[in-house]
Amino acid sequence: MAVKASEISVGDTFDEVLVEDLKRTQLVMYSGASGDYNPLHSDDIYSREVAGYPGVFAHGMLTMGMTGRVVTDLFGHENVKKYGVRFTNQVWPGDDLKSQAVVEDVREEGGEILVDIKLTTTNQNGDVVVMGNATGRVDP
Amino acid sequence: MADEKVIKFPVEATHIMMFGRSIGDYAADGADPADVVAPPTFPQSVAQFDPDYFLRPKLGEPWFGSGRNPSGIEGKPSSSGRLHAEQHFEFERPVRPGDVLYVTTKDGKTWEKESKRAGKLVFSERITEYRDGNGDLVCTARGVGVTTERPVDQG
Repeated sequence: MAVKASEISVGDTFDEVLVEDLKRTQLVMYSGASGDYNPLHSDDIYSREVAGYPGVFAHGMLTMGMTGRVVTDLFGHENVKKYGVRFTNQVWPGDDLKSQAVVEDVREEGGEILVDIKLTTTNQNGDVVVMGNATGRVDP
Repeated sequence: MADEKVIKFPVEATHIMMFGRSIGDYAADGADPADVVAPPTFPQSVAQFDPDYFLRPKLGEPWFGSGRNPSGIEGKPSSSGRLHAEQHFEFERPVRPGDVLYVTTKDGKTWEKESKRAGKLVFSERITEYRDGNGDLVCTARGVGVTTERPVDQG
């Protein structure tokens, strides 16, 4: 259920576990669904021997997609107005990711109530992998 | 002019379900398509409908993933090394099954930066507009890619 304006205040936080022990299979699922078949994300031999990485790593868009669950859980899919991120570290198979949303503003614009949130997704070492912002429409 | 290309993107409930599953969003699983709304990053999967998308293997054409040899294409260097630095979506309205979107992409700004972990970084922006059949804007996506001088140091 989407939050209501009356239920939230600036500074409120919402935490969500995005994935535990990220599997290579999930990278393949994301490749198949999104159409991004870059072998860096599905082909360990290519990633190691040709591209020079320790192995396959997650699409940035997979991490952004998982982080987006915090946004859609909070606002509901139909109420997302804006969602943007910066990718700050790579995500690897085996990673545990969790995300935190912080309410930055609750405001009125064009007859709607909008909520701005800041998002931070971190791995099991506390490294930030994605930083983002989102805006959603909420009911009073 | 690649920039003038228009990609027709029919939005389907099953595609949204598969995309959702891949990011751990099960809202579309078993839902009536009339109740489904695409996750905010779904517009990126327009790649499926781009006939020229370079990150999809095509029958009869060389592909740069591993096969008999690690590079897939003998003697060809690795992919550009282009990584995703930023991505932003802005919605005028939600994207739903049954939408047919017409998608155009144009170049934005470019800039450079020096980094300890990957050498010289060249950033470039791509702006993608998703419009409905009436030409009304549904979603704008802004992506920033970065080309690194060498693989990102993991140390």
